[in-house]
Amino acid sequence: MISERKLPVSRRALLRFGAIGAGSLLLAGCDDAVSENPRILSLIDKASALTYRAQRLILPRDKLAPEYAESDIAPQFRANGSTSPSDPAYRKLAAGDFADWRLMVGGLVERPMQLSLAELRALPASTQITRHDCVEGWSCIGKWTGTPLSEVLNRAGVKPQAKFVVFHCADRLQDGAPDDFEPGESDSADSGGVPYYESIDFVDAYHPQTLLAYELNGQTLPIAYGAPLRLRLGRQLGYKMAKYVMRIELVASFAQMGGGNGGYWEDLGYEWYAGT
Amino acid sequence: MSGFALQSHAMGKRVAVRRHGLIVRITHWVNALVWVFLLMSGLQIFNAHPALYFGQQSNFTHPFLVMGAANDNPARGMTSIAGHSFDTTGWLGVSYDESGEPVERGFPRFVTWPGEQDLATGRRWHFFLAWLFVINGTIYLLSGVLSRHFTRDLLPSWADIRHIPRSIFDHVQLKFAHERRYNVLQKLAYISAALVALPLMVLTGLTMSPAMDAAFPWLLEVFGGRQSARSIHFITAMFLVLFLFVHLVMVLISGVFNNLRSMITGRYVVEEQAHDL
Repeated sequence: MISERKLPVSRRALLRFGAIGAGSLLLAGCDDAVSENPRILSLIDKASALTYRAQRLILPRDKLAPEYAESDIAPQFRANGSTSPSDPAYRKLAAGDFADWRLMVGGLVERPMQLSLAELRALPASTQITRHDCVEGWSCIGKWTGTPLSEVLNRAGVKPQAKFVVFHCADRLQDGAPDDFEPGESDSADSGGVPYYESIDFVDAYHPQTLLAYELNGQTLPIAYGAPLRLRLGRQLGYKMAKYVMRIELVASFAQMGGGNGGYWEDLGYEWYAGT
Repeated sequence: MSGFALQSHAMGKRVAVRRHGLIVRITHWVNALVWVFLLMSGLQIFNAHPALYFGQQSNFTHPFLVMGAANDNPARGMTSIAGHSFDTTGWLGVSYDESGEPVERGFPRFVTWPGEQDLATGRRWHFFLAWLFVINGTIYLLSGVLSRHFTRDLLPSWADIRHIPRSIFDHVQLKFAHERRYNVLQKLAYISAALVALPLMVLTGLTMSPAMDAAFPWLLEVFGGRQSARSIHFITAMFLVLFLFVHLVMVLISGVFNNLRSMITGRYVVEEQAHDL
């Protein structure tokens, strides 16, 4: 152990330095110059990349999210984000019970496809009772039925250059007045709103609990929950689970899409990887 | 601990001892800075849904704790815990923005990081700081075990445990012995904060991650569900706020200069009775 007399800097100087450092950080925080500083945020995002790698490392590829019993299903599953898209084309499809709706599958695939709800329902189906965790902090358990995303991807034939699966949606986020998603965040979108989109990697895309869900609790998926089709992921937060999915696109990079961060909320500062 | 006599008193000798090892001192100050911002960014995250539940999921009609605004003009902040409501205007539920306007939010802007309502930024800071906290805490724990600091200085002996009533009596009388070794209440306080509450924060934090729940489903069993884990995370954070308050008061009233010096340079002056030497 070193003696204090041998310290290269005087104790007093160290104390002063520490006090000034901590004090200025606190003061600067008052106008958010530190908390929102782009340089500091880019350092902080290295931790987010570390979380992604660490979780991918310790989480076996096909390890399932916990599943629950019928008796655990929430009596009142909260509908969040958009709950009623106002897009005229979407309203027209909804008026016809989505009989004319087609899921477009394109981008880096061998065989671009268009699938009707009946065709999706004819594919192998999977049902799960899983927990939905919102980034805000609440959780609801629901029973979801749908087509595993892998069934669709395998039929379309994913090209080797593809790295991400992107979901393009019918909603723009001011739609349906999300009552408790931060108003400050969605206000920053332009007046017409920004189309919702999301992206996932292939670890999640091929995970057995990743569904294109068309039923909630044994009923046809209601509009508030993303009719006719929404994404379900077992191991990430709710904002990754795009509702009102119209088109699936396989891409090598999402840098040229939207704000370049791989999703609607990601473009507003949320992490692309939402496993935490 | 090695010591040397400074001066003689009629009642005893004042002796300088080396109280805190280098790693304890460094990790203490790193932890102090990181923890303050973890707390504030955590309150920012809590504000996105200022309600707590027990169990796997959220029973929105019966939260264990909820902060919100009553439909009054001017707005009143209400906090309700286990069905009992309190008016907390200005602090919880409703507080004031920069221009003095009342806004509905759980905790007020002066205790959240960042100050404005901004869940995305709060989360990025919280998880970045959590990595620093875990790395710093791991160094502290490893060094505490390997150097036998925990077993030698923190683990209460049977004599300590028998001494608890006496120690409480001394503290109530504001008699704080400056001794070489921690008294039993100090030992219990430091064990509960450093070896119980802080590791509990990490585990309940991990339980809120859907990916970690898939990797380690036993986390959900241990804490009784994700929403229970979130509530325990919050309650433990409040316990740590209480610990910090008591800690700061004790540092101030039991010889602030001596205490601060001991955590910066390691040197701590004790008074020893002649018969101890």
